[in-house]
Amino acid sequence: MRVLLDTLMVLLVFTNLRLLGVSRLNASIRTVATQGVLLGIVALLANSGHLTLRFIAIGLAGIALKGVVFPWLLLRALRGAKVRREVEPFVGYVPSVLAGVGSFLIALWVAGRLPLPGTAASDLLVPTSLSILFVGLFLVVSRKKALSQALGYLVFENGIYAFGVGIAYEAPALVELGILLDVFVAVFVMGITVFHISREFDSIDTTRLATLKE
Amino acid sequence: MNTPGLVGPVVALLAAPLFLGVIHRTKAVFAGRNGQPMLQVYFDLAKLLRKGAVLSRTTTGVFALGPAVAIGAPIAALSLLPQAGFPSLIAFPGDFVLLAALLASARFLTMAAALDTGSSFEGMGASREATFSALAEPVLLLCLAAAARVSGSASLTGIVGGLTEADWQRGAPVLLLVGVALLGVLLAENSRIPVDDPATHLELTMIHEVMVLDHGGPDLAWIQWGAALKLWVMGALSVGVMLPIRTGSAWLDAASFLAAMAGLAVAIGVIESTIARLRMARVPQFLIGAGAFAIVAIALILR
Repeated sequence: MRVLLDTLMVLLVFTNLRLLGVSRLNASIRTVATQGVLLGIVALLANSGHLTLRFIAIGLAGIALKGVVFPWLLLRALRGAKVRREVEPFVGYVPSVLAGVGSFLIALWVAGRLPLPGTAASDLLVPTSLSILFVGLFLVVSRKKALSQALGYLVFENGIYAFGVGIAYEAPALVELGILLDVFVAVFVMGITVFHISREFDSIDTTRLATLKE
Repeated sequence: MNTPGLVGPVVALLAAPLFLGVIHRTKAVFAGRNGQPMLQVYFDLAKLLRKGAVLSRTTTGVFALGPAVAIGAPIAALSLLPQAGFPSLIAFPGDFVLLAALLASARFLTMAAALDTGSSFEGMGASREATFSALAEPVLLLCLAAAARVSGSASLTGIVGGLTEADWQRGAPVLLLVGVALLGVLLAENSRIPVDDPATHLELTMIHEVMVLDHGGPDLAWIQWGAALKLWVMGALSVGVMLPIRTGSAWLDAASFLAAMAGLAVAIGVIESTIARLRMARVPQFLIGAGAFAIVAIALILR
């Protein structure tokens, strides 16, 4: 069980690195979807010792939303915006991947020193979730296209979700489901925003928004 | 004399061209062709060995040394590598560094021979080879170091031959990362498709083929046989790390090893048929990705 969880963690790190290194937006969206599905499986496995209806509901709702609904909404926004790839991000792809590796190393170091209530289901869960958090933030600040930034937000939420399912056995289901609902609304709104930005500026490059200042 | 140690290298010498044959056949099936005979690489080698070589007057001894080392170094590397449960001919702590060094010296002399012709086209190929191998080599060493740490041995006998199912149960994530990184290095070092296309000639993006354009006859045969052997060495390394099957019966171990090698050849054929070659500028990114896996694997071990 532990080996299976560890392997899932490594696959999550793999999706992180792929997100940082890939330029095509539909590949990014699919990678985020994969990450969401993997996280749902982690949520089910990590609590398999005391699997209650609550955990099954959270896990399955996560898989359904992150694996199916969000990619569908974002791919639809992508089709509307007529953009295929992230061209010339603020930070290039090779430095991004190296930053991702660096974040994982730092997360490993930090996780060893972090005082946590209770024990995580896998030694790698805390470092992986910290690294996912970092990658999410990094995507938001280093990419230009509105859609990539929306993906960064989703990845950031994935990190919180991973941290939550691994550590907080006792967090109320209402809170978890509330977060999922918030994220759903956010993605919905972001899809509409992307559409409006692309209609207004003929592009979803957020640097164009600077012209709104005057 | 260590007789069982001779089995691996001899089998590899004879079977390496067949490995290429399996890759070619897989690609032919994907393309809907009948493809060349499985033994075509042997026929090509036999044909080249019967020919005479033409040497340009501008070349020196370095040019003649290239093919000799291109076949010699992989054979020496094979003698360090335990295969299919058979022990290696020579084993000592730290021999994996020698394996990497042998492959590097073969590459260095191939590049030197290419530069020796004075052809700018070959010089371009040598420059590309140097750039990409500078990125691929650290990844190979990091992978071997990670596998050495998991198996708790500093010799290839322990790293490749001594990994057991217990090691996999303990270090599955690490070995998985090492396996993926090794596959990336294998494709890059042997000029397979995401990095270089071995089937093209006279194209501006090729790497390995451009360096050996001026070699002919037996020289070219040694280079091609050496390339097949290098592919076999890297393949046996990956299979040894990824599939530690130790049944105890020599026949079963050998059969599973050969089946795994055939599977790897088919996998390479599938990769070559389904993935487009990367643009030149994207190759370093591919190799840095493989390096990222190796670094994460090392970090997981040292944690």
